[in-house]
Amino acid sequence: MTAEVQGAARPTLTTPAAAPSRARGRRTNKVDRSRPAPLSQALLTLVLLVFMVPFVWMVATSLKPGSEVFASPPSLVGSQLRFANFSEAWSYVPFGRYMANGMVVAVLGTLLVCVTSILAAYAFARLEFKGRELIFLLYLITLMVPQEVMIVPMFILMQQLGWTNSYQALILPWAFSAFGTFLLRQFFLNIPKELEEAALVDGANRLRILTSIVLPIARPAVAVLAVFTFINYWNSFLWPLIITNSTDLFTVPVGLNGFLGQQGSQWHLLMAASTISMLPTVVIVLLLQRHLVRGIALSGLGGR
Amino acid sequence: MTLVAPAAARAATPGQTAAGRRAGLTALGFLAPSGLGFLIFTLAPIVGSIALAFFSWPILGDHTFVGGKNFVTLVTTDPVFFRALRNTVIFVVLYVPVNFVISLGLAVWISPRIRLRGLYRVLFFLPAVTPIVANALVWRLMLQPKGLVDDVLTAWFGLGPTNLLGGQVSAMVCVVAMSVWQGFGYNMLVFSAGLDAINPNLYEAADIDGVSRWRQFWTITVPMLSPSMFFAAVLTMITSFQVFSQPYILTGGGPGAATQTMVMYMYQKGFQFYSLGMASAISTVLLIIIVLVTGLQFLGQRRFVHYDG
Repeated sequence: MTAEVQGAARPTLTTPAAAPSRARGRRTNKVDRSRPAPLSQALLTLVLLVFMVPFVWMVATSLKPGSEVFASPPSLVGSQLRFANFSEAWSYVPFGRYMANGMVVAVLGTLLVCVTSILAAYAFARLEFKGRELIFLLYLITLMVPQEVMIVPMFILMQQLGWTNSYQALILPWAFSAFGTFLLRQFFLNIPKELEEAALVDGANRLRILTSIVLPIARPAVAVLAVFTFINYWNSFLWPLIITNSTDLFTVPVGLNGFLGQQGSQWHLLMAASTISMLPTVVIVLLLQRHLVRGIALSGLGGR
Repeated sequence: MTLVAPAAARAATPGQTAAGRRAGLTALGFLAPSGLGFLIFTLAPIVGSIALAFFSWPILGDHTFVGGKNFVTLVTTDPVFFRALRNTVIFVVLYVPVNFVISLGLAVWISPRIRLRGLYRVLFFLPAVTPIVANALVWRLMLQPKGLVDDVLTAWFGLGPTNLLGGQVSAMVCVVAMSVWQGFGYNMLVFSAGLDAINPNLYEAADIDGVSRWRQFWTITVPMLSPSMFFAAVLTMITSFQVFSQPYILTGGGPGAATQTMVMYMYQKGFQFYSLGMASAISTVLLIIIVLVTGLQFLGQRRFVHYDG
């Protein structure tokens, strides 16, 4: 735990921190360590290409005619580029429904996690109340317990509530983990208190201070929490597999799994569906790469 | 700094005055949404998971307290439990070091001398955020007989038709390889951030003293990175004990029970054989193992982790 607290306590890891070191480097004539390395770059690119083969193969297969998936010798492009695979995959199983379910669950879940975590994190970071340290310790301890261990009791809880096979069962159980609260509290603690003191003296209430002073500063941290929460919900497999039993409520991973069981041989359609399933997270990551890299530095764990 | 003092003094006696009570109510309002959910959906299931392990609890029908019988059954008569435990340990022992070597190696390789390093980092990180089920499906396609890997092994190395997912040992190797491919990105980014935070003066001084790059790695990089490495080791270990989706999709636990893991077995017991008590006993054993291993790591960190950055 100390490692993580230390890491997060390092002054917010914003980009300007990198600037002085570069300037220092130039002054001491340290050309060596930033000089381009074409050979190393070329080799790294080769490694990257090999690394990307599964993705390339997925997209390639998604565009082949079904009969050519296992063609020998293997070829990247089939006799034709069959874009119809995508529409066929879409209608073969109710894939649009799975995507919509996944979106609803991920978006609502992310909103819930962000709002509750922001409020609780602010209370732990700034407000005085009895038992604050004790309650926070309780939050911390649960961080160590893996989700998988809680699956069975969670299922029974859902049974008792009559929520099996429902949206709330897909969303609520994992919306209150201590992770978001912990991450944001660390960030809030690093914001100078002085910024809030003036507003307090002027009689602003805490909620106003939180929304108008603290949140604008904490935006990168909240963005990181939101992105990882969204990705976790979108990719989650074991829980939706257990708690849903009708295709009306399947999320994308459960739908893909069902597709596999149902049509083991239709690999071209399955790969088309897999390609579609990756798009939301890939787009988010490419758009927000800056935030993500910084966020992982900040939290060290992101969505695991 | 002096600005803080009056405010701190004001807040020092909560609960005593009207203002203090109001502050307490405010705190309650902020904490309630998260706290209530935490109580119901996090704390209760954790306590429940351990309690459940002492019950016979079919999905439908009555449950009865059976004491330690579930654990006894697991250890004495259950045909699969030790196999699943062993497979999980093998997975962890293979996965964690390979993950570490690759993520650290790439973090170091993608140095400031590489152009567009941000892009390389993100691309290597990509499988960590794409749906694990979709990732595993592509691997399953590639590893099938007559699949891409089989073709390449046959054409380039003359290894003949292979069925990598069907061999006792090779199936586990495939599960580990796929998991590393999918998962090392997190640690790579953690290490990259750690590397960027190391003061370059340390390396300059070592350069001037003529210390070799190899020795610089072991005497500067590794000690300076040890807090991130410790943290990554703990988390990687915890997550790898919970491996489920990769073997579930790739091999279904097979051939036989060669890639059956503890979480897979928990799933099977609980939701295919409908014995929730047994499933809880399995997850309790898993929790105990994770707590023990994590505890050992925290004890070990005193010796290996270097804190004053």
